[in-house]
Amino acid sequence: MVSRHVSAMMPVAVVSLAIIVLWYVGAAMLNLAWEKSVAQRNDTPVSTIQMLRNTMHQERPVLPSPHQVVQEIIDTTIKKKITSKRSLIYHAGITLSSSMLGFAMGTLLGIVLAVIIVYNDALNKSLLPWIIASQTIPILAIAPMIIVVLNAVGIQGLLPKAFISMYLSFFPVAVGMVKGLNSPSSSYLDLMRTYNASSWQTFIKLRLPTSLPFLFTSMKVAVAISVVGAIVAELPTGAVAGLGARLLAGSYYGQTVQIWSALVVASILAALLVVVVGLLGDWVNRRMGLVRG
Amino acid sequence: MNDASKVIEVNGLSLTFPTSDGDVQALQDIDLTINRGDFVSFIGPSGCGKTTLLRVIADLEQATAGSIEVNGMTPEEARLARAYGYVFQAASLYPWRTIASNVALPLEIMGLKGEEIRSRVERNLALVDLAGFGKKYPWQLSGGMQQRASIARALAVEPDLLLMDEPFGALDEIVRDHLNEQLLKLWAKTNKTVVFVTHSIPEAVFLSNRIVVMSPRPGRIHEVIESDLPPERDLSIRETQSFLHLANRVRDGLRAGHSYDEVS
Repeated sequence: MVSRHVSAMMPVAVVSLAIIVLWYVGAAMLNLAWEKSVAQRNDTPVSTIQMLRNTMHQERPVLPSPHQVVQEIIDTTIKKKITSKRSLIYHAGITLSSSMLGFAMGTLLGIVLAVIIVYNDALNKSLLPWIIASQTIPILAIAPMIIVVLNAVGIQGLLPKAFISMYLSFFPVAVGMVKGLNSPSSSYLDLMRTYNASSWQTFIKLRLPTSLPFLFTSMKVAVAISVVGAIVAELPTGAVAGLGARLLAGSYYGQTVQIWSALVVASILAALLVVVVGLLGDWVNRRMGLVRG
Repeated sequence: MNDASKVIEVNGLSLTFPTSDGDVQALQDIDLTINRGDFVSFIGPSGCGKTTLLRVIADLEQATAGSIEVNGMTPEEARLARAYGYVFQAASLYPWRTIASNVALPLEIMGLKGEEIRSRVERNLALVDLAGFGKKYPWQLSGGMQQRASIARALAVEPDLLLMDEPFGALDEIVRDHLNEQLLKLWAKTNKTVVFVTHSIPEAVFLSNRIVVMSPRPGRIHEVIESDLPPERDLSIRETQSFLHLANRVRDGLRAGHSYDEVS
């Protein structure tokens, strides 16, 4: 049991290590130019070793080194009150709340669209091109429009950001659910026919249960992009709070360490959400008797 | 025609499937009468339309010509009235439901309520020797037990007619023998009409009082053989002369039905 866990962790550990090593090499190479120009300006010769050492803790590096990012994250999470405007947990919480609202709305919308598509051929043909077209529009282009339009009709705060998350997250759910609702084998469907089951009964007792594994798989994709949606939505609004706002503020003031720590926290947040949805999906699959155990 | 003893009456029935390279004649000129309490087997090589004929009776396929009556009704009316129970080749139990709730499925759809459902589930699981397995999930049961559960599910509707499509085809010989014996006891106990599709000669001879031998391309009835075996049977009957004689008649019929297929 232990050895199986170890062998499962090994590839992940190796890749993580490789990324960190590459990151350090990249930081040294990208930040070296600055050290050289400083040395030139001061007209004092500095050894290459010393310059390389300096690249690891610049004030405003081109690429901050991993330990700088870790230090910044620790400083702005554990060492700050959660209510502080400088706490990353506070900002992550803001982003989390709008992405969760958007994810919930997107999942609901995706399921409703999938049911419509599966049960109504006319709507299937008329809706599907629009659904696909909606995902070909760059989100960065449409996000400010959505926020401006919603603001004009008096919708402010969490909801406009959640809308962007919903805009991105409904799509994988709709696609996955269409596949899931169509997945029952023909003998399962024939069985319902021999019982003279209504289409509502077939939906509730057969199509919906068989679609659940598909739903959770697509929800894993949807939850990750709903975080992306929330962050993107925070950029054009000039939001004062949220991970997107931290990214924006960081880029205004050239605080690359701040940008990178916000990025890392955002990806940790998205990864955690994917894990949570994955665990929920595993639990549902076990309850559904689809996984033995 | 509406004689009470007739459960299924088929006259001049044909069925063609349209396919991309022309129509395929699945059934041609089928005439058949099945009486109340009969155990009738359809036997034949693959492609002879035996399963298709069963599916026509069940209104899972529609005939393109001829007439068919089930309980004096059209197959559709019979299906809407839930006049039959259908057992598929695969047990087709819903994996997210326990055995008991799989058996309860048709009862829920019929709109029965708690206590009635519970007593019917219990009664029918006991009938197939699965009392006490209700809380298990399908994957926790062997193939034979799963198929018994699916028979219990078909019986729970309490139909007079049981349609079975190669229900034991995927099981090994020993389990199959055992289930054949159990099915025969069940038939004697419940006095239902059974239509049974198989491609096993011993199975057809052992179970049936009438054997419908079919031949392929197009699917036709080659011969209907009346069994002269006593209704009370156990597996030892397979050693008797009359059993072997009957089995040979079925085999000859299958061979004759097949022969001009090979010439063409």
